[in-house]
Amino acid sequence: MTDPYKALDFFNTDELYTDEERMIRDSLRGWVSDRFLPIIEEHNRNATFPMHLIPELGEMGVYGASLTGYGCAGLSGVASGLICQELERGDSGLRSFVSVQGSLCMFPIWAYGSEEQKQRYLPKMAKGELIGCFGLTEADFGSNPGGMLTKAVKDGDHYVINGSKYWITNGTIGDVAVVWAQCEGTIRGFLVDKGTKGYLGKPIKNKLSLRASDTSELVLEDVRVHKSQMLPGVQGLKGPLSCLTQARYGIAFGVIGAAQAAFDEACRYSKIRVQFDKPIARFQLVQNKLVWMAAEITKAQLMCWKLGKMKDAGTMQHFHVSMAKRNSCWMALECCRLGRDILGANGITDEYQMMRHMCNLESVITYEGTHDIHGLIIGRQLTGEDAIL
Amino acid sequence: MPMDIVVCIKRVPATDATIKIAADGKSIDPAGVTFELNAYDEFALEQALRIKEQLGAGSVTVVTIGPKEAQKELRDTLARGADKAVLLVTDKWMFDGASTAAALAAWIKTQPCNLVLCGRQAVDSDNNQMAGNLAARLGFASVTEVVKLTLDNGVFTAERDIEGAREVVSCKTPAVISCQKGLNEPRYANLKGIMAAKKKPFEETPAQLGAAALEVVSLTLPAARAAGKILGNGADAVPALIQALRNEAKAI
Repeated sequence: MTDPYKALDFFNTDELYTDEERMIRDSLRGWVSDRFLPIIEEHNRNATFPMHLIPELGEMGVYGASLTGYGCAGLSGVASGLICQELERGDSGLRSFVSVQGSLCMFPIWAYGSEEQKQRYLPKMAKGELIGCFGLTEADFGSNPGGMLTKAVKDGDHYVINGSKYWITNGTIGDVAVVWAQCEGTIRGFLVDKGTKGYLGKPIKNKLSLRASDTSELVLEDVRVHKSQMLPGVQGLKGPLSCLTQARYGIAFGVIGAAQAAFDEACRYSKIRVQFDKPIARFQLVQNKLVWMAAEITKAQLMCWKLGKMKDAGTMQHFHVSMAKRNSCWMALECCRLGRDILGANGITDEYQMMRHMCNLESVITYEGTHDIHGLIIGRQLTGEDAIL
Repeated sequence: MPMDIVVCIKRVPATDATIKIAADGKSIDPAGVTFELNAYDEFALEQALRIKEQLGAGSVTVVTIGPKEAQKELRDTLARGADKAVLLVTDKWMFDGASTAAALAAWIKTQPCNLVLCGRQAVDSDNNQMAGNLAARLGFASVTEVVKLTLDNGVFTAERDIEGAREVVSCKTPAVISCQKGLNEPRYANLKGIMAAKKKPFEETPAQLGAAALEVVSLTLPAARAAGKILGNGADAVPALIQALRNEAKAI
């Protein structure tokens, strides 16, 4: 069956995009309809990631798409954002996979790695032959990553890393981890290959959200890595935070896709669901919900388009990204909640995608900086007063 | 032997578009209609790319007759791997297979070409005339509605689904081959392909349309479906349902 999806574009934002940006989006949209949507519910039920699609996405060129060289596509900010939007229209877990690979793992190697590290990892990661993960968060250090306990201690030509990381997307399936650790009075990044003695990824079980995504704990016990595996180009928290800015940018666009999926499903349902002898779309309260969703999606589309333009112009600041990530996640989650309401009892089964998206978005509004933390980042920018530290 | 392949495509209304008849009563009103690459032409493009990849040489040129807006569909074919695109511009809705074939033949004769691939039919006019007509005008072999195609030593072996059987034919170039669903799985445009597409040759020239052999006299939407009928509930209603299917609907 062909996918009946119609993406909402109430303000014709399409005309703001270049031909290439539209083509890239449409190509990804078709791929998600044909290759991903027919299998996602099964993977969501079984809590598995569709591993067989990893090389296909590499072939498409989506990993590290905004990076240049080393087999990366070198796309505009808007184009790479629209890729996230279309992937997340499928599932937040799919977009998370691509975000972690590109923004959190390839980006720090590309930005802070040695030439040898770039040559060794980036071309294979761009093809999806090597999967990356990003070890920053710890079980007791989420919003406060600077307090991390994981430590790297120099021992001759090696560093010995001890600690553990939690909530790590791709942690078990990953071939290489970017691990951030306290080291000589600052924070440094290390590339830890799968199979290194003392390093282990363990899946976190029984998630009610992002089920079709690998979320793991990384255990590091006396892991010895050669000093050539340390990222030479950055030290301090700004290393991991700059990666998060990239990933948050992708999320700001991405969840618009989830919201559009929710709107499309709810709107279509409202026109065919008959109660009191008329389609429920004819009831004012139902229309009001759809209107709220459409207006918020439209606002987010415009905000993210401008964010993309600022990214390309080099004027985008991390607090701009915070506002867009915060706004997009909040509105997308609310869209799913309203959409599920419109679907009534039918909305609680996975015959409809609404609740899968809704549950996913509970993670997305939390990871990469919670809604509240982003509020405090914006608040600090507006007032000059730091309410975080 | 390298092969210079021409792929003929058409920009058609999306199959899920809501169609309205234009004021002239002979054409569709394009306002609010999304257009797309004719689905059968996607099989033709994919096959052309595979043949070029198999031979490791040759060229794939995509041509269409249509409005300026058909640039979008042509760019999509360049993004998927075609080498060159040509738009033979006309504002006329190309309904008539003979005049379409005449204009394409006139252009193809000016090109190096030993294979033409196209979709079995365009889903807007649904005439299924163009491929055979074009082959006749070019003096090429014609194989239509191909579901499997192999190339060995310059000889094509094509399989066709005919009524109740599978037909296998062989032909040499030059040939016009029309492609049916099942022939292949068309590829997606990848990001590098999309970025490269804008640097590929793209030509626009007025279409040399001959006199039309056919004319659309009128176009009307299908009659609205009559209301359904409920014959009863549960197993008791089955005999009445069978009667109705047999006598009224004449479906069994």
